[in-house]
Amino acid sequence: MKTCLVVDDSRVIRLVARRILEDLGYAVSEAENGEQALARCSAAMPDAVLMDWNMPVLSGLEAVKRLRAMPGGDRPVVVFCTTENDPAQIAQAIEAGANEYIMKPFDGEIMRSKFLHAGLRP
Amino acid sequence: MSPADAAVVGTRVGMTDEDFRMLAGLLRERVGLVLGVDKTRLVESRLVPLARRQGLEGLGDLFRALRQRREDRLVNDVAEAVAPTDSAFFRDPEVWEALRTKVLPDLLVARAGTKRLRFWSAGCAAGQEPYSLAMLLAEAGQALAGWRAEIVATDLCRDVLEKARSGLYSQFEVQRGLPIRALMRHFVKVGEMWQVASALRGMVRFERVNLVDDPARLGAFDAVLCRNVLGAFDPQLRDAVLERLARLLPADGYLVLGAGEAAGTRFRSVDGAPGVFAPA
Repeated sequence: MKTCLVVDDSRVIRLVARRILEDLGYAVSEAENGEQALARCSAAMPDAVLMDWNMPVLSGLEAVKRLRAMPGGDRPVVVFCTTENDPAQIAQAIEAGANEYIMKPFDGEIMRSKFLHAGLRP
Repeated sequence: MSPADAAVVGTRVGMTDEDFRMLAGLLRERVGLVLGVDKTRLVESRLVPLARRQGLEGLGDLFRALRQRREDRLVNDVAEAVAPTDSAFFRDPEVWEALRTKVLPDLLVARAGTKRLRFWSAGCAAGQEPYSLAMLLAEAGQALAGWRAEIVATDLCRDVLEKARSGLYSQFEVQRGLPIRALMRHFVKVGEMWQVASALRGMVRFERVNLVDDPARLGAFDAVLCRNVLGAFDPQLRDAVLERLARLLPADGYLVLGAGEAAGTRFRSVDGAPGVFAPA
């Protein structure tokens, strides 16, 4: 079973994302900010990371840059999931190493198609 | 009786079984749409606002007007209100993959002499299908340099055609089926909406066409996309439409249907290309 780390400071978003991703067949773990996410990735690199942008301690953008520089950090598919919807920010996220990008609000269909576009099948 | 029950009874008072049968018969005859009884609530919910726009009291008045006047304009308005219009970009990814890897390469070889391609998106709804095709052609890059590609996109509904022409989609709509890189490459953000870039919009010509009518005036096409449209049609009419589509396609042209849709006897399926058919 493929693993997905859900990174968001909102407990509600983590819960909603977890339910959708579990329905899609992923084993889900969670982190509340970028720093926690990097610690989880160091311990066990997931197959996918669903990453919020604006979080306390360490932002999603910075976390993705650092993840991509880690040993094995090029492997996970990274899907941003954020309220940021400005094209310049989306370009920044792609430049940092994101494979796909979800603009909140989202639903299960959007999540499913974005993970497929990112080349990931559970 | 709960308020919810009262609401249900309230709307049912507006549309009797006889009304539904009359409406279903009229739509089948004029635009080929088959209305299943499972669509009763949907039809009611879409016709109430239409009745208001027509200055009528409610569904009862709308059905009286339909019976008495049977005007094309009113029947069209009703058909437009109840026709299925939902869609997504690159719906059925496997069919789009077949278009990219089979249909387009074949046509590039077959039309190398004229360097001209004509596509018809029949039943294009709000435009996601023709714009997906325009994106696919744009992504072909150098392979299509010096070529003239035209996409004719048609639908019965004026409202969705207007939306399609604008090329404006909500954030929710552009996330249905569209990879983020395609969104960044082919759309511009306009306020809270996303608009198809003008170069792509220029590739598509939108027209109102009723598939019940003979489409010969549109001319011949190299490929016709008629996806997830014919399923809502009366079987006899579906065969008639397929027959007419076959006449618009050359022997080396293609018909593209939705995943899992059948094309009848005038076409044969193309091996390894889901949803793709060639004239038999």
